[in-house]
Amino acid sequence: MAEPLLQVDQVGKRFGGFVALDGINLAVAPGERLGLIGPNGSGKSTLVNCICGALHNESGSVRFDGQAIDGMAAHQRTILGLARSFQLPRPFHSLSVAENLHVPLLYAVRARFGSHLSAREINDHCIEYLRLVGLDAKAHKRPRDLTQVEMRKLELARAIAAEPKLLIADESMAGLSHSEVEDILKLLVRLNERGITIILIEHIMSAVMSFSQRLVVLVSGKKIADGDPAEVVRNPEVEKAYLG
Amino acid sequence: MRSWLFTLVCIAVGAITYAVMRGVHSEYLFVAGYVVLEFVVLATAWNILGGYCGYVNFGSAAFFALGAYTTIFFHKAYPLPIPLLIALSAVVSGIAGLGMGYLTLRLRGAFFSIATLALAVVLQTLVVNWDYVGGSRGAYVIRPQALSAFGLTIPYVEYLFLLMLALVVIAITTARLIERSRLGFGFATIRDDELAAEASGVPTLRLKLIATTLSGALMGMAGAPFPYYIGYLQPASAFGLEYAVNSIAMPMIGGTGSWIGPLVGALLLGTIQQVATVTISSAVNLLIVGLLLVAFVIIAPNGLVGFVTQRLRAREP
Repeated sequence: MAEPLLQVDQVGKRFGGFVALDGINLAVAPGERLGLIGPNGSGKSTLVNCICGALHNESGSVRFDGQAIDGMAAHQRTILGLARSFQLPRPFHSLSVAENLHVPLLYAVRARFGSHLSAREINDHCIEYLRLVGLDAKAHKRPRDLTQVEMRKLELARAIAAEPKLLIADESMAGLSHSEVEDILKLLVRLNERGITIILIEHIMSAVMSFSQRLVVLVSGKKIADGDPAEVVRNPEVEKAYLG
Repeated sequence: MRSWLFTLVCIAVGAITYAVMRGVHSEYLFVAGYVVLEFVVLATAWNILGGYCGYVNFGSAAFFALGAYTTIFFHKAYPLPIPLLIALSAVVSGIAGLGMGYLTLRLRGAFFSIATLALAVVLQTLVVNWDYVGGSRGAYVIRPQALSAFGLTIPYVEYLFLLMLALVVIAITTARLIERSRLGFGFATIRDDELAAEASGVPTLRLKLIATTLSGALMGMAGAPFPYYIGYLQPASAFGLEYAVNSIAMPMIGGTGSWIGPLVGALLLGTIQQVATVTISSAVNLLIVGLLLVAFVIIAPNGLVGFVTQRLRAREP
């Protein structure tokens, strides 16, 4: 395996007496499509928060693109090329759809070394990403005027606009219809084809199975399986975690 | 409109206002006008942190008083012209704003607001016990009756009014510049969702420190000429409740979304208060603010500007 883009070593996180993450190890290769699953409360979102800097891990270390990022603020990690979408869309309500995308372009992409974007270029990038997710016709609308699926697309588009090396999509398909799930999946595959490494956290197993090249399963803050998706779902421990 | 053009328009409007007021030949107009303009600066300064970033500062009076007491300190230690004192007050209050930011900006919501209130109490206690600036007894500043420069002589209160007019231009152009800049985008994301802002690469802590520094500096500037205006400064007047309440109420009533809101709110509320002061009593000023605030929270929660904008949007086909 090539040098991992993301390397998580023995990461642990507690909330008072509750152990949310218990020595998690994870390596993600550049260009990989990784599925991360687990029952509710298994620690998926906590792991994402520790990777992205919204929470700080108490033990272990996180390396991204060959650099230790423990203790680094979330915005610095985004500038490095690590972007996420949130489980529940968190748009900037006072800004238009297009302006929502201007934010990562202005702050993350411009701050990245060697990136000098003019206002025109920012606008062009913004239109390109909105077209990619099919929201270009709604560029001047406010997020409150969008439907549920459009809101999720905006959430993804904003993460993409940070022009990341690694995108973590946290339950981007929750509550969507079958055709809407297909739309988002196609979008994620297109992004991966552009060279973006993707970690997909999802409960919709059909989506995870069709998207992931590798599957990791968390249960009660521990990693219980890691490997080929078809093999992982047949793992007795995984079956027990899901079916009891 | 480009920023330099906007600044020129502001200066022109200021000049016309001054010319009209001179034409009325009433010194009281300048006395009352000074207070209204002072509130325009305070409201605009408050709005940079409270309106743009969503952090409600209850400690406006502390920054205003810091500006006023910086003037008192230098008046005793090394007398300087008021424009220089305004600049020094901006530096002192800006540094205090930065310090407050470092100490409190990891707090959110009501906890942040309570911390800013505590800052005002701490500063007031320090000033009350600092004899050099007058302590609890207060300090006198004897101002000249008139100011002569370039062959012109104007009453001192007119000079103070002109200074405050200049501060209004500075405050409004600063606020508008922020609104239309990358900084303004960053502030809006902090107000909307701080976690999402960080995830989008916005350095939220740094931006909040910029906001507290700018807001504090402008409030300090508003307070700097105050000792010359009032003549006798005591902690109770510099740290007065009306500064904290009006700084919040005026942008809320005018609208916190843009630079126009605090301007409209301060002009409206400030004028009503000045009229009430001469027709009824200054004691009703806070009552007026309270009643208007309640009315606006119910009828127009986005302030006057927000209310009008919504109406106009609703009319669009």
